[in-house]
Amino acid sequence: MSTLHTVNKSPFERGSMASAFAHAVEGDAVLMIEDGVLGARKTGAFSPTITGRSGAVSIYALGPDLAARGVKAEDVADGVTIVGYDGFVDLAATHDRVCAWL
Amino acid sequence: MAERPKKTFLYLNRKAPYGTIYALESLEVVLIGAAFEQDVSLAFLDDGVFQIVEGQDASALGMKNFSKTYRALGDFEVRKLYVERESLAERGLSEADLMPIMWEDEDEDYAEKPSIRLVDRSEMTRLIGAADVVLSF
Amino acid sequence: MKFAVVVNEGPYTHQASDSALQFVKAALDKGHEIFRVFFYHDGVNNGTRLTVPPQDDRNLQRAWSEIALTRNVDLVVCIAAAQRRGILDANEAKRQGKDADNIAPGFRISGLGQLIEAGIEADRVVVFGD
Repeated sequence: MSTLHTVNKSPFERGSMASAFAHAVEGDAVLMIEDGVLGARKTGAFSPTITGRSGAVSIYALGPDLAARGVKAEDVADGVTIVGYDGFVDLAATHDRVCAWL
Repeated sequence: MAERPKKTFLYLNRKAPYGTIYALESLEVVLIGAAFEQDVSLAFLDDGVFQIVEGQDASALGMKNFSKTYRALGDFEVRKLYVERESLAERGLSEADLMPIMWEDEDEDYAEKPSIRLVDRSEMTRLIGAADVVLSF
Repeated sequence: MKFAVVVNEGPYTHQASDSALQFVKAALDKGHEIFRVFFYHDGVNNGTRLTVPPQDDRNLQRAWSEIALTRNVDLVVCIAAAQRRGILDANEAKRQGKDADNIAPGFRISGLGQLIEAGIEADRVVVFGD
């Protein structure tokens, strides 16, 4: 029984990302979409949180949202897997529920 | 139609009232949803805890103070309002700042029982992980 | 698998409607079923046929209408949220004494019960909002 957490807010703007990570447990996944992908930058202040949790929690960022915001694949923090909308659908299907942190 | 097992619905309330309409329209879903006889829980965390603080007065805004509606949830058989302890503490709030929200237990001569249950973050996490449907507002 | 999708924001201001649209298309392309898309809060504004976006921009209402009409997806606009925001079908316009309606093709106006029913019927509910 696992949860896909989606986050669409930059961690620099609101607390949704921090809340999502605080409520994700081992086996869960966090998917950054929309402005949420801004938290995935390797050199950004949120990347230690990502790296710290990436063992227990699977972390994903939506590729089209990264590209739109000028974040290149090589700029993304270690431990983040980039997926497309088809990957988003797969993640929603393979976890037992989807919890949106709006 | 064959009887099906109930689903567990968790309403995730993370936004303060009045600044946006999410709290009010979430409550409208809860009230309508009550008729479907599913297993309903409300979660209040992050700024969502401000939805149920005592002493709201929206009169000078020209907006309806809908906080009283939470007190009526018991009449709709909505009796599980989970409030995250850490979210309260971060905002300098305690249980004493919340409205008394009660339900009447008809099996015990309509004894009033509290609907609000304070839970810590790990228990809130468990509740999310136990829900069939999480509706976020 | 059967998905239900909730859209809580209107078009253009927020990306939620775009994200939901891409998700729905990807799910359909993978052979999943979209049980229903439920438009709530400002999301009801996706369902007006009176929007006229610039020629070089996407037309979200038309994109949703096409999904409904060509791929048979049920698009439901919440009646309570719609009344607040001036989204009406012909029946509602008549009932409320308004001189026009604006619901777009492929959308229908119905109650919040449709959201709960979607939660009951679908295997997964995915919420897009702000």
